[in-house]
Amino acid sequence: MTPGSPADRPSRVNGAALRRTGLLVAGAAFVLWAVASLTFFAIRLIPGDPAQAILGGPGSQASQEALDQVRRDYGLDQPLLVQYLAMLGRLVTGDLGTSYALKLPVADLLGAQLGGTLLLATLALALAWLLALGLAIWSTGRGRVASALGEGIEITSAALPHFWLAAVLIAVFSTGLGWLPPVATGTPSGLVLPVVTLAVPLAGFLAQVMRESLLDTMQQPFVVSARARGESALGVRLRHTIRHAALPAISLSGWALGWLLSGAVVVETIFAMPGLGRTLLQAVTLRDIPVVTGVVLLVALVYVLMTVLTDVVSRIADPRLRQEGAR
Amino acid sequence: MSELELRQTTVEASADHLPARPRGRMPRIGTLLSGAFVLFLLAASIAPALIATQDPNQIAAADAFQPPSIAHWFGTDESGRDLYSRVVAGTGTSLLIGVTATAIGLALGLVLGVLASFGGRVVDFGVNRLVEVLFAFPGLLLALLVIVVYGPGPVTATIAVGLSTAPGYARIIRGQLVSIRSSQYVEAARVLGRAPGRILAQHVLPNALIPLFVLATLGIGQAIVWAAALSYLGLGAQPPAAEWGAMLAAGRTYLATAWWMTVFPGLMIVGTTIATTVLGRAMTRRGRSGR
Amino acid sequence: MTDAGEPVLDVASLRVAFGGAEVVRGVDLMILPGECVAIVGESGSGKSVTARALLGMAGPDSRTSSERLVVAGQELGAASERTWRDVRGARAGLILQDALVSLDPLRPVGREIEDPLRIHRRMSAAERRARMLQLLADVGMPDPELAAGRRSGELSGGLRQRALIASAIALDPPLLIADEPTTALDVTVQARILALIAGIRERGTGVLLISHDLAVVGRLADRVLVMRDGEIIEQGTARKVLEDPSERYTKALIAAVPADSPRGARLSSSESGIGAAPGAAPLATSARTPPSADAAALLAIDHVTKTFPVPGGRFTAVDDVSLSLRRGETLGLVGESGSGKTTVARLALALTPPDHGAVFLDGQEWSTIDERRRRPARHRIGAIYQDPLSSFDPRWSVRRILADAADRGRRDAPAFALRELLDQVGLAASVADRRPLTLSGGQRQRVSIARALAASPDVLICDEPVSALDVTIQAQILDLLDELQRERGLALLFISHDLGVVRHMADRVAVMRAGRIVESGDAERVFVRPEHSYTAQLVADAPRLGI
Repeated sequence: MTPGSPADRPSRVNGAALRRTGLLVAGAAFVLWAVASLTFFAIRLIPGDPAQAILGGPGSQASQEALDQVRRDYGLDQPLLVQYLAMLGRLVTGDLGTSYALKLPVADLLGAQLGGTLLLATLALALAWLLALGLAIWSTGRGRVASALGEGIEITSAALPHFWLAAVLIAVFSTGLGWLPPVATGTPSGLVLPVVTLAVPLAGFLAQVMRESLLDTMQQPFVVSARARGESALGVRLRHTIRHAALPAISLSGWALGWLLSGAVVVETIFAMPGLGRTLLQAVTLRDIPVVTGVVLLVALVYVLMTVLTDVVSRIADPRLRQEGAR
Repeated sequence: MSELELRQTTVEASADHLPARPRGRMPRIGTLLSGAFVLFLLAASIAPALIATQDPNQIAAADAFQPPSIAHWFGTDESGRDLYSRVVAGTGTSLLIGVTATAIGLALGLVLGVLASFGGRVVDFGVNRLVEVLFAFPGLLLALLVIVVYGPGPVTATIAVGLSTAPGYARIIRGQLVSIRSSQYVEAARVLGRAPGRILAQHVLPNALIPLFVLATLGIGQAIVWAAALSYLGLGAQPPAAEWGAMLAAGRTYLATAWWMTVFPGLMIVGTTIATTVLGRAMTRRGRSGR
Repeated sequence: MTDAGEPVLDVASLRVAFGGAEVVRGVDLMILPGECVAIVGESGSGKSVTARALLGMAGPDSRTSSERLVVAGQELGAASERTWRDVRGARAGLILQDALVSLDPLRPVGREIEDPLRIHRRMSAAERRARMLQLLADVGMPDPELAAGRRSGELSGGLRQRALIASAIALDPPLLIADEPTTALDVTVQARILALIAGIRERGTGVLLISHDLAVVGRLADRVLVMRDGEIIEQGTARKVLEDPSERYTKALIAAVPADSPRGARLSSSESGIGAAPGAAPLATSARTPPSADAAALLAIDHVTKTFPVPGGRFTAVDDVSLSLRRGETLGLVGESGSGKTTVARLALALTPPDHGAVFLDGQEWSTIDERRRRPARHRIGAIYQDPLSSFDPRWSVRRILADAADRGRRDAPAFALRELLDQVGLAASVADRRPLTLSGGQRQRVSIARALAASPDVLICDEPVSALDVTIQAQILDLLDELQRERGLALLFISHDLGVVRHMADRVAVMRAGRIVESGDAERVFVRPEHSYTAQLVADAPRLGI
């Protein structure tokens, strides 16, 4: 690093931050464009006539006039490139097209579903964080038995498939004990099983990461320094190690949200919850292309936003990253 | 970060934190159990008839919905078929799907990873952006997209799962190649005057490829879970096929009355994933300490 | 404050065991106020465990016992964790090596310094802050206000070590335990930190100094204890132990320090049993003949400049450097961290091309030619690294490493004399089938040297080859390099931050600072009559034996 006078340092840091933000936004825009294009062209690979699909599939015996009408309405008679550019143009204005099956604007359809899925995913992420942090803190620094037990719980949790965990939870808490409803009823109690189903496997992953980084941190010399000042075991955890242990888990949150959205497809279906996941599954079964494309784009957008958010939070939690960015 | 990368990094990290073991190379109990379970799975795939107690497709209406008993260890299903025998019969299919999907993902990941790390700056940039974009589709979403294009079914589901894991493999492989190529032992080989081809063959590839075995071990469990999820959603193998996901889907209707139809096929999936994770960890540990 | 006569530390028969292995075996130790007692020993001697055991922190799997353990008047033989916590920080402070990791990298150093105040004293936040700033000023931190808000990674090595010391003396504990307090620091910084600790001792604090470095110990300690395998094998006043040791091991330790040994003298002694490994050939005792000055340069670095891109410009790592190295000669290259030494090594090895200037090997262009043309000649110039382990393919055995280096990449290479090669570097033949990971640090460096030799080089580039090694092992490796040079007429470019090592090894020396050679010339001349003020400073700050 070239030595600079203290006075010009802040401006350089700001410049670097600005550059970073610019890169992030450009990167996000690129990812969204690429996802849209990839999806568009992948969908064109589908054998069969989209007009047929719009009119209720091959069995519908639609008349030639009706098919032509649909092709004109949906712009399917245009060259591929024109269709592609038209799609991009509509995307910029937030228009995701019209559902083949429901004949509704996709943006409205998904807008109504997004809230429920985000609530589910956010609650699950929060619960997973709590469980993971609890397990990680409990199982470290307590000897071999606790450590082995912690590892076992983590591996097992991470191995639980959503669809099976959901079924077992329903069998135990709904049909068995009758405590909780087996389908999501829109009440808080109906949300418990879906959230737990999503959170437990994720907690398994997060706890593995947190525990490893806790173990790593507890061997660091600064922990020895802290204890040599008279800090208690709890104080060491609260003031030093938890923060270090949380860092890798924070940077995983983008991945975690994507993973939760994958899981939401299964969980919403099992618990008959309205949401993006179930809408997507129905659209996949019906080959409702605009809806599928819409969900894919929406998820990509959420993922991209989450990546940016993760980056910001990591930088707040770890000043060393800010320093590197300034260099 | 992908699920696979996560599994891999935690495996690597857990090996780092291994306390010095005075007992030497004695494997842990968990490793032994996992090994035994995998052997059981292999036997069940190769010779299901030897391990099953009866014909998995033998219908006996009178025996429908029997809970687990001495005669039917895992109970029976709606047609009176023995669930234990069906689970055993389904092992081959499920493992085949898992192995094939992993092979597809690994092969694609290898191509992308090698391209990225050897293809020069432009190719590296391109591949990285592609992988980054693919990461914006969470695993199942990418698989669903493939199914929209090619229609549901066990073959499509397998390909879909394979494709959706490829970006994760690509990133790990690229990272490994890059770190090995910038390692000091590769530099030492350069100092000795070794040609790039020889360095590649003697140092880079062997050191990059051997960890792929661990990766594949971890990946199989993951692939089985996702393939089963697709079957469960009705997009992969369909009932009455004896595949674990499909059996779970069939059991869903009778969850309230016949819990065993759901629990036992699911336990096989969970057991397989746990066993592959534990074995993956053990392999990494051995690699670290056994040299 | 304790009375002048009452010891701040009084330990009798301290024992620490991990599992079945006892690593501290009956240590007796007493420190008076204002006294500095040092424990010296090599890695694994138990000295750091002793230091931690005195704070009740030997480790979760350890068993500690003692007949008497009194810290600042308090008996702690069977103290509970609660009691220990009251002692730590208040009655005894601890300073560790390298504050980059010994201070929490996520917290501002001010908070770390306030911690002991918060834990042990009832003070308002404002009082704590005032005391913290005072402490930072006391340890010589420029601009305490600014520094208090910085994290350890944002401060230079010397400044963060000062912050670490401030946190250890925040409550003015009667006892200060300093475990390798200056080890990772450049010599000029090291000298200032030692002066700071000496100042703390002057104020009446008893200091326990733990170090592997006899020269550091000689600067500070009143009494010295030599530790080996968990026992104190010799103790006495610093003068007595360092100048007239009675134990063979202590003698070997002192002889191994290269600083004051003349060029060409042996550092390790085979008679002591800790010297050369079995099989090492005895060294010729005849004085070496320096290479003639008019011999042509084997390796010539000619006005070479190398820059690296950094945000907002380029960083000049090597700035117009010229060096030449003749057959049979050792050229020492000294400088502090970041001075560009390693970049010079990489330029010499043609691993990175220079921006300006050129490197010549035996009169032929070396840095500017195509790699394809360079490759056949690469065997003529070998390298030895600071961390040999990472320079070996982790899958390869010693045999394979050496065989690969010996056949120069050809299949028709002459039969490979593995045993002879191992013998030359003082390794037993049984090492051949082991992997470097299972070898000790010294053995690894020997393998690394054997690999370099296997290719029959004319020039060896040694980049900090002994920095990671204990002093007795370091002595063996230096002797080995010396001996091999004599036998084979090798030219050595010997890069090190350690002036003592360079002085012992080098015929000529070049001093590097911020990418430039500030002074070069005959080694004795440079060290005895430095012309450049920076060299003079380095020489003055370099710790050496003798008081």
